Amino acid sequence: MSQTNVAAPTPTAGPATKRPPRLRIRTSWVPVLAAVAILIIMFLAAQLYFGRFLTPRLLSSLLVDNAYLMVLAAGMTFVILSGGIDLSVGAVMAFTGMLAAKLLLIGVPVAVVIPTMLAAGAVSGLIIGIMVQYFDVQPFIASLAGMFLARGLCFVVSLEAIQVKDPTVLGLQSTKLGDFEWYLTPTGIIALVVIAIAAWVLGYTRFGRTVYAIGGNVHSARLMGLPVARSKVLVYVISGICAGIAGLLFTSYTAAGYSLNGIGTELDTIAAVVIGGTLLTGGSGYALGSLIGVLVYGVIKVSITFLGADSSWTRITIGVLLLAFVVVQRLIVRRANRH
Amino acid sequence: MTRIFKHRLIWPIAALVALIVLNSISRPSFLSITITRGQLYGSLIDILRDSAPLMLVALGMALVIATRGIDLSVGAQMAISGSVALTIIADSKTPNSLGTVVVAILAGVAITLVFGLWNGFLVAVVGIQPIIATLVLMLAGRGIALLITGGFITTITSTPYAVLSQGHVLGFPVAFLVSAIAIAIVTVLVRRTALGVLTEAVGINPSASRLAGVRSRGIVWSLYGLSGLLAGMAGILYSSNIMAADANNAGINIELDAILAVVLGGTSLAGGKFTLAGTVIGVFIIQTLTSTITFLGVPPAVTPVFKAVVVIIVCLSQSQRMRGWISGLRPPKRLVVTTPNETPIATNRTTA
Repeated sequence: MSQTNVAAPTPTAGPATKRPPRLRIRTSWVPVLAAVAILIIMFLAAQLYFGRFLTPRLLSSLLVDNAYLMVLAAGMTFVILSGGIDLSVGAVMAFTGMLAAKLLLIGVPVAVVIPTMLAAGAVSGLIIGIMVQYFDVQPFIASLAGMFLARGLCFVVSLEAIQVKDPTVLGLQSTKLGDFEWYLTPTGIIALVVIAIAAWVLGYTRFGRTVYAIGGNVHSARLMGLPVARSKVLVYVISGICAGIAGLLFTSYTAAGYSLNGIGTELDTIAAVVIGGTLLTGGSGYALGSLIGVLVYGVIKVSITFLGADSSWTRITIGVLLLAFVVVQRLIVRRANRH
Repeated sequence: MTRIFKHRLIWPIAALVALIVLNSISRPSFLSITITRGQLYGSLIDILRDSAPLMLVALGMALVIATRGIDLSVGAQMAISGSVALTIIADSKTPNSLGTVVVAILAGVAITLVFGLWNGFLVAVVGIQPIIATLVLMLAGRGIALLITGGFITTITSTPYAVLSQGHVLGFPVAFLVSAIAIAIVTVLVRRTALGVLTEAVGINPSASRLAGVRSRGIVWSLYGLSGLLAGMAGILYSSNIMAADANNAGINIELDAILAVVLGGTSLAGGKFTLAGTVIGVFIIQTLTSTITFLGVPPAVTPVFKAVVVIIVCLSQSQRMRGWISGLRPPKRLVVTTPNETPIATNRTTA
C-alpha cells in the first residue's frame, strides 16, 4: 500500500497563473479533458443509438434535473481539494429540506425559511470542520457522524413526508424560462451560479489558492504562513451551505420534504467530482470539472432510462466509470512523480 | 488501580457495563435468561444472536483498518452473497436438502471472497486509496445483487437454511455460534501466527515494514479477501434471518456500524495496533444500544442520532486536545495538538 501525497501539482498550476509550465497544466487538466471527451462520446453514441437524443429539451432537463447534484458537487470540490471528504451532504440536504417543509407547514414566512436552511447547513459543516481541524478526527469519520446526526434529525422533525405548497419554493422549479424547447428554471440558474462562484473562488481568490495549497501539502501550506486552520474549517462550512442550497433545490424539485431523500447522494456526488477530474488526494481539480462530472452522471442515468434497462445499471456504470477514472488518476500521479 | 485504568479495554468495557446496568434498572427482566426445551432465551441471548452479522463484518473491518485501510463495500457484499445463495436455493428442485443449502452458502461466500480479493488487488497492487477502491464496489455491488435477483426480493422456504438464524445448538443460537467460531478462527490466525504482528507493522509504518522484509502487498491483499469472506457469511446469516434476499436493504449502513464498533473497541483508524477483543466488545455495545433504543420506544429511524452522539464522544475523547483538557496536566497548547496533524502519517490518514 504505497501512499502518495507528493504528487498533487502546486497551486500555481491553476488557471490563475499567467504562463504556467506546459506540462503542469496538462497534468492537472488531463482528467477534466478526459471527462469532457467521455461526455461528448456518450452524447454522440446516444444520439447514434437512440436517434433523437440530443434534443434541446433533453439537454435542458439534464441541467435542471441535476441542479441539486451540481450544487453538492461544487461544495464537495472544495472539501476534496483540501484533501478531505464530506459524507454528510446527502443527509444534510434531506434534513434542511425536511426542516424547511416543517417550518413552512407551521406558517413561517419563506424569507426566514431559506436563510434558516443555509444556516442549518453551515452549522453542520462547522461542526464537522471543527472536529476535523481542532480535534484531529478524520474527515471521513467526522462527516460520518454528521451524516448520522442529520439523518436522525430528519426523523425527529417528522417521520412522514411533508408536502410543500409554498409558491416561492415551488416556483423555483416550475417557472420555466425560455421557449418550449430550450428552457431553464431558477433551480438550474442557481446551480450554474453556484458553480461559477465556486470556480471563481477556487481560481482567483486567496482562499481558493490556500485550499489548493492545503490539498497539495498541508505541511508547506502551514510553513508558508497560510491560514490552514481557518481554511480547513471553512471548506466544510462551504460544503454544508451548498448542502443547504441543494436541500432547497431538491425540495422544490420533489415538492416535499422526506427523511429518506438523498440516501446515497454523497456517493453520487463524490463520484461526479472524481469523474470531473478532481484528485482524491487533494490539491488538483476544478469546479468546472465537477460540472462535467455531474453531466456525465446525468447522461448515464438518462441513457439507462432510455434503454429501458434496470435502474441498478446506473450504479454499476457509475462504479465502473469511477474506477476507470481513479486508475487513470493513479497513472497520472505516478508519471508526475517521475518528473 | 492505575494499571486497570490504563488498560486499553477499560473504557469500552465500562461503556458496555453501563449500558447493561441502565437496561437492567429500566427493565429488570433484561438480565434474566430462561431455558425452554434446552434452549436459552432472554434479552441478552437476543443480543448475542442479533449481533452475529455485525460481528463477522467488524472482525474483517478491524484487520483491514489495522493496515490503514477501510472496507466500505461490506454491506454491498452482504447483499451479493445473500442474493447468490437464495437464488441457488430458489432455483433448485430440492430447497430443503442439506446439500443444496451447503452449496448455496459456499457459492455465496466464495463470490464475496472473490470480490474481497478484487478490493485487495485495487488497494495493494494498483495502489488506489482504500476508501475509493471499496467505494466502487459499494456503489456497484448493490446493482450487481439486484441483477442476480432480477430486481425482485427472492424469498425461499428451506428448513436447513432457516436453522442458521433460528436454530439452537447446545442451547445457544446457531448465529451466535457461527460468530463465536469466526472470532476463534480469526484470533488464532492473527495472534498465534505472525500475521497479526505483520499486519500491525504494515499499518504502523508501511515503508519501514517493507524495508524490514515484510511482504505487505500479500498481507493487505489477503486481509481484504478475508473481509469479503466474513461479509459474505454475514450476508448469509442476514438473509437466513428474513429468509429473503433483499438487495436494497441487506446490510445497509453496516459498514458504518462496523467501523464504529472497531473504533469503540479502541482500535485507531490511523492503523497499526488493533484489538479483536475490543472490537467484539464494540459490537456488543452497538447491539445493546440498538436494543435499548428500541426498548425505550424511540422510533428506530432516530437511532442514527444516538450513534452520531456516540461517534462524536468517542472521537473527541480519543483526540489529544481533549485528553489534554481532561487530564488538566497539559493546558491545551496549540503546538502540542497540531503536531500530529502535521506529520506525513497523519496526512495519509486523512486520505485513508
